[in-house]
Amino acid sequence: MNVPIMADLVGEGKKPEILFWVGCAGSFDSRAQKVTIAFATILNNVGINYAILGNEESCTGDPARRAGNEFVFQMSALQNIETLNMYAVEKIVTACPHCFNTLKNEYPALGGNYDVVHHSQFLQELIDSGKLKVEGGSFKGKKITFHDSCYLGRVNGEYIAPRKVLEALDNDLYELKRCKTKGLCCGAGGAQMFKEDEPGNKRINIERTEEIIASGANIVAANCPFCITMLQDGIKAADKQDDVMVYDLAELIVQNNKW
Amino acid sequence: MSVQQVFFIIITIGAFYAALRQFSKLRRNIFLGKAEKIQGNEKERWQNVLLVAFGQKKMFKNFLPAIFHFFIYSAFLLTQIELLEILVDGFFGKHRFFAPFLGGFYTFLLNFIEILSVLAFVATIIFLARRNLLKIPRFVKSEMTGWPKLDANLILIGELALLLGIFTMNGADVALQSMDSEHYHSTGFLAISSTISPLIFGNMSEGFLIFLERSGWWLHILTVYAFLNYLPKSKHLHILFAFPNVYYSKLTPRGEMENMPEIMNEVKSMMGLIPESELPMTEEIPEFGAKDVFDLSWKNLLDAYACTECGRCTNECPANITGKKLSPRKIMMDIRDRLTEVSTNIDSGDAKFIRDKDKGEKVKLKASNYDDGKSLFDYISREELHACTTCNACVEACPVLINPLEPILKMRRYEVLTESAGPNEWMSMYTSIENSGTVWQIPDSRDDWTKN
Repeated sequence: MNVPIMADLVGEGKKPEILFWVGCAGSFDSRAQKVTIAFATILNNVGINYAILGNEESCTGDPARRAGNEFVFQMSALQNIETLNMYAVEKIVTACPHCFNTLKNEYPALGGNYDVVHHSQFLQELIDSGKLKVEGGSFKGKKITFHDSCYLGRVNGEYIAPRKVLEALDNDLYELKRCKTKGLCCGAGGAQMFKEDEPGNKRINIERTEEIIASGANIVAANCPFCITMLQDGIKAADKQDDVMVYDLAELIVQNNKW
Repeated sequence: MSVQQVFFIIITIGAFYAALRQFSKLRRNIFLGKAEKIQGNEKERWQNVLLVAFGQKKMFKNFLPAIFHFFIYSAFLLTQIELLEILVDGFFGKHRFFAPFLGGFYTFLLNFIEILSVLAFVATIIFLARRNLLKIPRFVKSEMTGWPKLDANLILIGELALLLGIFTMNGADVALQSMDSEHYHSTGFLAISSTISPLIFGNMSEGFLIFLERSGWWLHILTVYAFLNYLPKSKHLHILFAFPNVYYSKLTPRGEMENMPEIMNEVKSMMGLIPESELPMTEEIPEFGAKDVFDLSWKNLLDAYACTECGRCTNECPANITGKKLSPRKIMMDIRDRLTEVSTNIDSGDAKFIRDKDKGEKVKLKASNYDDGKSLFDYISREELHACTTCNACVEACPVLINPLEPILKMRRYEVLTESAGPNEWMSMYTSIENSGTVWQIPDSRDDWTKN
């Protein structure tokens, strides 16, 4: 697909309005890549003037910082800030709430100041301004539930934007008992994604997916690549992969609009 | 001056002096933590104190316990007016000093206090039942056995003693008023005492009633003094420390981990972004993160003192819910226990607690040369630290804005940066980020997905 790369655009003397920060999961994880492609499809269809950094992008450093490794965090973060400042990036959108949090809240102290939005906020803006039309109602009557990611929800206080996007899809949104401020973590944050669990009775994603399965929803919408992996693993472990689908908001829009 | 008056003055001065000593020790202990400037946004801070501390906004996420807690809390606040009168009466040998001055308003105040006290009495009984009979999960977790459990029950029993004191005092007083006993000024009709008094105190002699009235009065004030001196050792300290704790709580974005400028500058100089000459020269090998209470900030230590071990954090913690060892409440309790241990050792003046390299004939033990060979890691295991998902559920749950996540992350920093230790799988994640700028060691190019 046609995705503009920052270095190419600048080489042609152009400057994109917004940088799409893809993140490690969005770049390499085969499941998260689908979300990346869905979001880029939306950007292309709406006609947004954007670019990605491509190979000039590095891990934001979030998992290293939360595991305690400030050195690795600083190295990766300062490298990114050099790149972003070189291109005079002003606005960033990303589909990963961990990248979103680090870029928005942690880079300023290191000299990186950008207007950072999460893709669910960006999608809500596009829908509200009428630039993105979600019509057809493919999800009408479908029972959808929503899993709040910790880093968009509890950490950054954004509970409304993803729900507004789901509302636009004209479906029946069923809230989980543990939602919004009380949303249960999928188990991946704080660098847990990159190691085995500590001993316990249960994996956290199993605890969460049991709640999702019990809700009777056909679809669980998420807004974080790590949540998607964790929830999908949990649903598979319960052998419910044919009954409950896990999708990112961007994927639902692309499906609805049949792009 | 009567014997009672002399006795009262001695006890009062003694109780306040002992409490003052204990509280100044707590203040000293809090400042064993690292300096951290917390200032600015006074308006927002006072708003938090008003809404979260006074208004108990976060408690009301869970309505029933919030309402019962509110009964006890408001009874506690209003009884201070009665306590003020007890102090005046005690010092000057008067009886119900305010009654003649306030008249009808005095009756109104006493009624208000009495009704709240009955509600508080009911709430205290319910709380005792919740802890001991119903066994609400958060009250019976592994960290809530032994002293913490006893502590919780002692507080509730102490509250019952306070209330028993008030009602014995008022009930006997009303009975004495009806006898037109000397010195017993009319208090007007009291909703509880005037109704119940005839049933309990109806047939008692004047002498015995005076004895009961005095006993209730003394029981109340002595329990207050006992509480005052018990607070510094107890989880009940939150009734005072919740307020400064809320005032000084973090106002920066929740998702922002404290930056480490010394490491940032080191990396900047490695990358050639700043000249090496700008780096501070240090001979000692620096220690990063937190190994002990001295390495946490004073606010982290205030957090530990403000914790009343309610367990709302642990109840929401995904790791704890799924049976992992981590409990955010235990982290706060461990920090306080370790701080108490350090404080007791420092006060002992025992030279064996002086760091080996500082030992000498004239060297005195103090916080800056303290080393007992132990640290927070003797209280908090690595398994607990490694189980945290940094989801902030504990931070969100705390009714008094304690942040249990911060010390966890500071201890992780110590483990990685100072000890170069930690889970093996994390080591390979660090290597990947360092070598290829990604969390996974993947040979693909970052934009391969665009080529599909």
